[in-house]
Amino acid sequence: MAVEATRRLRPGKARGPRPRGDGGGRGGGPAAGRGRLARLRRDRFLLLLALPGIAVVLLFCYLPLLGNVIAFKDYQPFLGISGSPWVGLSNFDVIFNGDPEFVTALKNTLIVALAQVVFVFPVPIAVALLLNSLLSERIKRIVQSVLYLPHFMSWVIVVALFQSMLGNAGMLNTWLAHHGSGGFHIIGDPGLFKVLITSQVVWKDSGWGTILFLAALSRIDTSLYEAAAVDGASKTRQLWHVTLPGIRGVVVLMFILKLGDALNTGFEQILLQQAPVGTDASEVLDTYVYNHGVINGDWGVSAAVGLVKGVVSVALVLGANKVAHIFGERGVYES
Amino acid sequence: MSTAVTNRPARRRSPITRAAGRRSPAPPGRRGTTGPGTGGASLPVRGLKGLVLLVCCAVVVVPFVAVISTSLADKDQVTKAGGFVLWPDHPSLYAYRAVLSGGVVTRALLVSVGITVVGTVLALACTAALAYALSRPGTFAHKPLLLTVLFTLMFSPGIIPSYLVVKEFGLLNSYWSLIVPVMVNGFNVIVMRSFFMDLPQDILDSARIDGAGEFRVLTRIVLPLSKAVLAVVGLFYAVGFWNSFFTAMLYINDTAKWPLQLVLRTYVVNNAPLGADNIAALGTTPPPQQSLQMAILVISLVPILLVYPFLQKHFSKGVMVGAVKG
Repeated sequence: MAVEATRRLRPGKARGPRPRGDGGGRGGGPAAGRGRLARLRRDRFLLLLALPGIAVVLLFCYLPLLGNVIAFKDYQPFLGISGSPWVGLSNFDVIFNGDPEFVTALKNTLIVALAQVVFVFPVPIAVALLLNSLLSERIKRIVQSVLYLPHFMSWVIVVALFQSMLGNAGMLNTWLAHHGSGGFHIIGDPGLFKVLITSQVVWKDSGWGTILFLAALSRIDTSLYEAAAVDGASKTRQLWHVTLPGIRGVVVLMFILKLGDALNTGFEQILLQQAPVGTDASEVLDTYVYNHGVINGDWGVSAAVGLVKGVVSVALVLGANKVAHIFGERGVYES
Repeated sequence: MSTAVTNRPARRRSPITRAAGRRSPAPPGRRGTTGPGTGGASLPVRGLKGLVLLVCCAVVVVPFVAVISTSLADKDQVTKAGGFVLWPDHPSLYAYRAVLSGGVVTRALLVSVGITVVGTVLALACTAALAYALSRPGTFAHKPLLLTVLFTLMFSPGIIPSYLVVKEFGLLNSYWSLIVPVMVNGFNVIVMRSFFMDLPQDILDSARIDGAGEFRVLTRIVLPLSKAVLAVVGLFYAVGFWNSFFTAMLYINDTAKWPLQLVLRTYVVNNAPLGADNIAALGTTPPPQQSLQMAILVISLVPILLVYPFLQKHFSKGVMVGAVKG
């Protein structure tokens, strides 16, 4: 599976045997003909180049995986990871016995994840279709540059902007109050919290999300539209029979990535806005891990929850990819 | 506007489309818009599309305008408007002078600039070196190394374990904790690697035949040819460092070392009061709290606004290389 992934990530040029040999272009024959040691000596400089980057990846992506052992320990900071006693699976009790706070976090996570898939995922596709149907390249480019911008703003900035605009002392509400209206209190209302964060995600990332769909749209063979027009297909039918099938692959791919990402429900975003609405409405798995682990010092339990969440996330990616194969799409990688 | 729109596409359409348009049963009036698009040709539909896009853009632009205007407005106008203004009557930089003349915000700004500059340079160097090393299939340990990078795309290490690792390395409360753990991003490595592999290999080979070592090939040929991808990946890293908020909250306990995003959270999102104890030069008639807050907000977003137009033209190129070719 993974080998296939590497092969697919190579651009076309590198695929298959190259006339001058695949072995790095120093005039040597194919790599298989040389000893390992000789190759090591030949490529020592490349390996030296790779070293810092690989070291960072190993130390800060893979080494933390080992840190997950504290999910099976009663971790005490002063004892260290190796000094803390093993406790078996007792840290996982909150999950298996359904600790109310954990259940709340799980429920909120699932609701937010569902909202993201249902309400956030289609927006960039719709915007991309709309942009693609514009005939003026200039207007298209201007709109694109405007809509991409929020993606580069941090969540702190986005939350601050939303508070300034929609907060109880924000611009909209002062304007409404001046004009004798009751106001619109979406910020600070626990009942509307999920609506708020969903709309923030739409605001921040819908524009940027169009990039891949626009690229896919631009690769649709124009002769297909011409053929459809000859056959008398209306614009709507062209959309249905040419445009949408043309971007189906990318849509499926992005959907898979979205599903794999589903449990990552905007951690920074929610953490920033938890205080006014309380944890009942806003606690998700990520904030649960942070609040119980780093804040309350309940390291083992929060590591256990984080571990389960991570495993489920990977399973989601693999599962969604499998489903895509069943339906005849290519997915993220071949299996 | 309508004539402009109907006249333009003729240039872009192929002869076949034009012929098809003529033969198609659609009424003659529709001919003009038979581009590869999805919209109808009628005026109401076009108007509706324009309106929708205008609303989308306004929703993005208006908050920025309001925030910048409020930061420039004087006390009377802010009081009169009840907090926010859409356009400053007498724009002044008073709030910025107050915020930037020492104190919490100035220090945080310096910290953020430092982390962003140092971080981006180091991240680009590590990423480019790794991407170049991985761009040559058949070299020693090529596949295991590539897989090591690729697998990182599938999982994230988790908050608690990452915290423990940073703690074990003694990086807590150090600026390095904000830089080193995020210095190599797997996706960026793959983007850059694909770009390097797409360079005309003959040039690199001829340099090698002329006796250039790998370091020379990388610095004299590969990197100068890869400015587009360096710009995009550099932007991604720079934005990441500039925007880093949670890592700072997690790893930096000392408030004197806070980057701008944490200051922004404390004084704008959480509304902590800004006074003489955290802003040096407030003077006797301090600018309105609102303007101070908005000035901090603007300071934190202006660097992004400044680099954005220069790098924007590279987006599609750089992002596509890694993402779609896949």
